[in-house]
Amino acid sequence: MDFILNFISLAFLAQIIRISIPYILAAMGGLFSERSGVTNIALEGIMLNGAFASVLGTYFTNSPTLGVISGIIAGILTAYIHAIISIRFKADQIISGVAINLLAVGVTKFFLKIVFDSSSNSSRVEGIKIFAIFPESNNFLSILNQIIGNPFIWLTFIIIILSHFILFKTVFGLRIRAVGEHPKAADTLGIKVNYLRYICVLISGALAGLSGSWLALDQHQFTDGMSNGRGFIAIAAVIFGRWNPLPVTAACLLFGFAEALQITLQSLGTNIPTQFIQMIPYVLTMIALAGFIGKSTPPAAAGKPYEEG
Amino acid sequence: MNKKNLIIEILIPIFAVLLSLIISDILIIIYKQSPLKVYKILIEGTILNPYGIGQVLFKTTPLIFTGLAVAFAFHAGLFNIGCEGQLYVGAFTTAIVAAYLPQFTPPLIAILLAIIAGFIAGFIAGFIPGYLKAKTGAHEVINTIMLNFIIMAIVNYLVIRFFKVPETIHTYPIINNAKIPRLFEYTSFFKGSAANLSFFIALLACFIIYIILWKTKFGYEVRATGYNPKAAETAGINIKKIVILAMSISGGLAGLVGINFVLGYKYYFEEGFSSGIGFMGIAVALLGRNHPLGVFIAALFFGILSQGGLVINAIVPKELVDILQAVVIISVVASSSEVRRLLFKLGRL
Repeated sequence: MDFILNFISLAFLAQIIRISIPYILAAMGGLFSERSGVTNIALEGIMLNGAFASVLGTYFTNSPTLGVISGIIAGILTAYIHAIISIRFKADQIISGVAINLLAVGVTKFFLKIVFDSSSNSSRVEGIKIFAIFPESNNFLSILNQIIGNPFIWLTFIIIILSHFILFKTVFGLRIRAVGEHPKAADTLGIKVNYLRYICVLISGALAGLSGSWLALDQHQFTDGMSNGRGFIAIAAVIFGRWNPLPVTAACLLFGFAEALQITLQSLGTNIPTQFIQMIPYVLTMIALAGFIGKSTPPAAAGKPYEEG
Repeated sequence: MNKKNLIIEILIPIFAVLLSLIISDILIIIYKQSPLKVYKILIEGTILNPYGIGQVLFKTTPLIFTGLAVAFAFHAGLFNIGCEGQLYVGAFTTAIVAAYLPQFTPPLIAILLAIIAGFIAGFIAGFIPGYLKAKTGAHEVINTIMLNFIIMAIVNYLVIRFFKVPETIHTYPIINNAKIPRLFEYTSFFKGSAANLSFFIALLACFIIYIILWKTKFGYEVRATGYNPKAAETAGINIKKIVILAMSISGGLAGLVGINFVLGYKYYFEEGFSSGIGFMGIAVALLGRNHPLGVFIAALFFGILSQGGLVINAIVPKELVDILQAVVIISVVASSSEVRRLLFKLGRL
């Protein structure tokens, strides 16, 4: 019974949320990019750059808020490279994404060495301020504060709702979807296909950069390669949630749950092989993509450059 | 390939390398060092001394395999970014087979069996995304990314649970007869370097892939499928079969990476040994324009860089080399269309 109690506690829920936030933010970014027809597997690298920039920003200004803003800006700049390569040069979007991921690993390590003279981690910086809504008189309330008092969690919540609203309730969202499904038709109707794609890729950069900020400021430092495959999990969530904000969020929470489960099991010292729990997101995504549990179909024009004319 | 295309294919990589040199100059200057001094040390430490040459060959070998793997899939119009996982399971299988063969297995047979085992493991890892692509249309890029993580988790589990030497993260050593000789056993020239005969196996692989792609009916079908799948299908080519086979062979080639590391160097499989060789294969294939000869040259280039990174680490961070790799990829993909457009304009003048 005690064993099960580990998993229905508030602390466990808090852990799921903590793990899921970077997934959700990056996945919302990936969603915008893919919906407009640009495959973005550079999320991983954008997150890494965002994480590093937010630590740099916080380190030099002593303000986590400015740190977060630097993370977002770094995300946008990194995504801009992806946008130029895949929209302006009409080059292969996958290759561009792979290159940006490699670039981010190299650039962050290089500047880690220059600024912090270390090849593994930065100095400790201030984290995001948690507001104490409830008096921290017991463990339960202090964990509740960790959730409700964290502005990042609110921000993420707003971004999910906004993404859904923008994509499905606004003209802008309709255009994004049109451009991703049938760019030719959208072009005929006077929609600037490539301009819209630029905007969407930059949005994805801002969100993935923000996701990186959370990672870094949650840990109060940057560590080498700290995105650690999370960008790819975000992509998996986008596919598993079929390119819709709410199901994608659910997918992120599911993946976050699997990871929290793995961590808790590990700390309890059970002999359930954690590697198999680790695999869950990836296996589910492959199954979804293959159509074994209802077909998961990407936007029709995703990955294809568009020649305006 | 006509003459004009050939010129373009040669100009693109040259342009890419020049651009990345400019960027590396800037970074070196940011680090308050002299680019000339850095390049001098890099060259002296790699291709101008015997140990350096040996190390370069050692680092080039796995890049040839992953470069060929990516290039082969490219020819069928497929993008294999699953080399990382394929080489992981390949090297693991190679190590296990070579460790558990009877001690008295004759050297040639032991080595061959271990190599074939690695190829088959990679082949199966490539077969899965190939099959899913052919049968359900699921994109091979996403599936290979997912498989990278899945394969690593499974292999790590197997290593930890069943095969590792206690208190380490590696498997039991392979039998003596499965070891591939180091080059310095033949000539004192490479004294101390890890270069081994698997370099020549990699060269042989380049040659075989060239023959398959350009001198056989199967290779023709692979290229036709990559060039225009609809036309290939109309011409009676079973493109589903080609997609599955091309992806599997690509995986098999990546699975050969273990030859160099396991049979020729460490003599065991170690968790996390590959670190990025699979992704570098993409850079190698791109820079080498997917031609086996190009792959060889590009692998050598990156081999020099990655050994060079270690050499220059004393005065500039070796991460400079990681940045260069990425810049090379970016400039190759971006310039492919630009160089063509430029030449087209020049041609009209």
